[in-house]
Amino acid sequence: MMGAIPVEHGLILAGILFSLGLIGVLTRRNIVFVLMSLEVMLNACGLAFIVAGSRWEQADGQIMFVLILTLAAAEVAVGLGLIIQMYRRFQTVDINVLSELKG
Amino acid sequence: MLDLIWLLPTFPLLGFLILALAEGKLAKGPAGWIGAGSIGLSFAVAALVAVSFLQSGLESHTVPIWTWMSVAGFDPGVNLYLDGLALVMILVITGVGFLIHVYSTGYMADDPDFSRFFCYMNLFVFAMLLLVLGDNLLLLYLGWEGVGLCSYLLIGFWYDDPYNGYAARKAFVVTRVGDTAMAIGLFLLFAQLGTLNIQDMLHAAEAEWAVGSSLPAITALLLLGGAVGKSAQLPLQTWLPDAMAGPTPISALIHAATMVTAGVYLIARTHTLFELAPNVQLLVAWVGLITLLMAGFTAMTQNDIKRILAFSTVSQIGYMFLGLGVGAWSGAIFHLMTHAFFKALLFLGAGAVILSLHHEQDIFRMGAKRKQLPVGFLCFLIGGLALTAFPYTSGYFSKDEILIAALEVEGQGIWLWLGGVIGAFFTGIYTFRLFFVVFFGESRGHHDATEVKGLNIALPLFILMALSLFGGWIPVPLDAVFSHGAEHEEHHISAFMHGVMIALPLAGIAISYLFYGSGILSVEKLMSLPVSRALHRFWNSGWGMDRLYDFLFVNPFLYLARVNAKDIVDAFYDMLAALSRAGHLLIVRTQTGYLRWYALSMAAGLVALIAIGVLL
Repeated sequence: MMGAIPVEHGLILAGILFSLGLIGVLTRRNIVFVLMSLEVMLNACGLAFIVAGSRWEQADGQIMFVLILTLAAAEVAVGLGLIIQMYRRFQTVDINVLSELKG
Repeated sequence: MLDLIWLLPTFPLLGFLILALAEGKLAKGPAGWIGAGSIGLSFAVAALVAVSFLQSGLESHTVPIWTWMSVAGFDPGVNLYLDGLALVMILVITGVGFLIHVYSTGYMADDPDFSRFFCYMNLFVFAMLLLVLGDNLLLLYLGWEGVGLCSYLLIGFWYDDPYNGYAARKAFVVTRVGDTAMAIGLFLLFAQLGTLNIQDMLHAAEAEWAVGSSLPAITALLLLGGAVGKSAQLPLQTWLPDAMAGPTPISALIHAATMVTAGVYLIARTHTLFELAPNVQLLVAWVGLITLLMAGFTAMTQNDIKRILAFSTVSQIGYMFLGLGVGAWSGAIFHLMTHAFFKALLFLGAGAVILSLHHEQDIFRMGAKRKQLPVGFLCFLIGGLALTAFPYTSGYFSKDEILIAALEVEGQGIWLWLGGVIGAFFTGIYTFRLFFVVFFGESRGHHDATEVKGLNIALPLFILMALSLFGGWIPVPLDAVFSHGAEHEEHHISAFMHGVMIALPLAGIAISYLFYGSGILSVEKLMSLPVSRALHRFWNSGWGMDRLYDFLFVNPFLYLARVNAKDIVDAFYDMLAALSRAGHLLIVRTQTGYLRWYALSMAAGLVALIAIGVLL
């Protein structure tokens, strides 16, 4: 059984992954990397669900992970489409260039 | 038959609605037929109503139409009230009004805004009929303001010229001063007597208020304020001469025959109040007397044909006020009627002359026009005789009645009478000065003038001539209305007094003839004296009233407006606006447009929230 890994370790790993992803989102200017960092954050959430599911020996955690996977796939599809559009129109993938909506 | 009086205001209202909704797209033919026809139908109804009213024994009659509103026991109705006074008024309004409408179809035939003109005219007749037929104060006030509005619209009818707009505004604002006083008077009456119905109110006033007490005096004064505004009496008379900027039929209909006499109607309608306040009633007489004399002086010095007639109108309404003030209620209304006839005739005749001379209004650029303009000549001869109260013309009877009644007032009667007679002397001078200058002497311009042709212009003139000559024999059924007045006794007056009353207007005509008809006396010689030049200037400016009001009210107001161009009250609201603007500028900095900045703020916010949740 997976019970060999203590739940704290799993959660700490998930937290580290989430923070790394967030740092990536906040620091990266290339939108492709921002999207990748978002994926990392989503997977960190999924990992937290899996760990929790195994801790309480319930299937809910895995179901949530499947949902997150689907969501991430859809998000990537839309996100990549937007990135391609952005590149076509602005000839760049730097998101700081897209700051026209400032007050 | 009497129940048909609701049709009276309905026809002009329909005419107004049709012409207004057609937006001036109607051809002149149909527009003229609708405009004049609606008043013609009203007059036909008025005639039928008059016949059955006279047959039914002069009983007053109320026709309820509907309840205007009903709130907590306050339910003014749209009810029409017919008595002898209202009957005389509706006959004058629809009768003279109809003639003027017919005349206008000819006079305004070349005007591009023909249909708008008739639209306003019909609205005016509607409002005026409401004013005289309304049985409660609310309806009366509605009509009162309605005619004021139409007067404004029609004075400024030719709005291309800024002066006309100025004249219209002046008329509106000056009458508004009086209207405000009147509105306060009506509020006071309602608050004190608890009813809007005029007859109930008068009965209540008679029952509750003592003669000479202060409440009737205050209300009568306030109503008098409204009356002097509308009827162009001292001190609010300055708007009427400028109102001549409107088309001439308007001057005849609104500013001579009907609307300006609304003040006389108002006082006659509420005469019970004035009888309860004898001092105010005497004030009415003096206001009338002073106005008629001042306007008489001014009329002698004017050169514009319409302004002469305008000042003459002010002066004649002064006679009506004099009549009201001395208790000759029916005499005043009688003079209102005859004045409507001969002043409408004079104005319409002046219109025909002006039209024939290509819109020339200066009488000293006319002269010797009696051959070229025979109809105009006849108009001014007959109208002028009636205006100067030549024996057995219509004006003679009505002015006689007023002056004889004035003589009977105790104490001041002889002065009121004397003033009135002197006024009649001036009337003779200024009327026939106009007459001789325009139609006799040598031609001073427009030598090739030809009379305007058209039956729709000539026919109303001839009918009005007949009315001006013989209108004095029309009996007015007013005894029932003013039954408690003291005017039923036969008036006794010495033959000498009567002789003076007949002779002075004739002397006025003679003086005019000496100066302007024959040239035996020379105006130039008279004007060579500095004192007469100064007097002429003073009278010509209307006794400096315009300048006085400019000095007292207009210029201070303009000065204040200039100083306070940036409204003080606005400062507070400007501050509010500046405050929210500053807040906006502060917060807008957070909206950088950088996606990563937003993500960071969200993350930071989330962390902060969780931290708060964990710590608390």
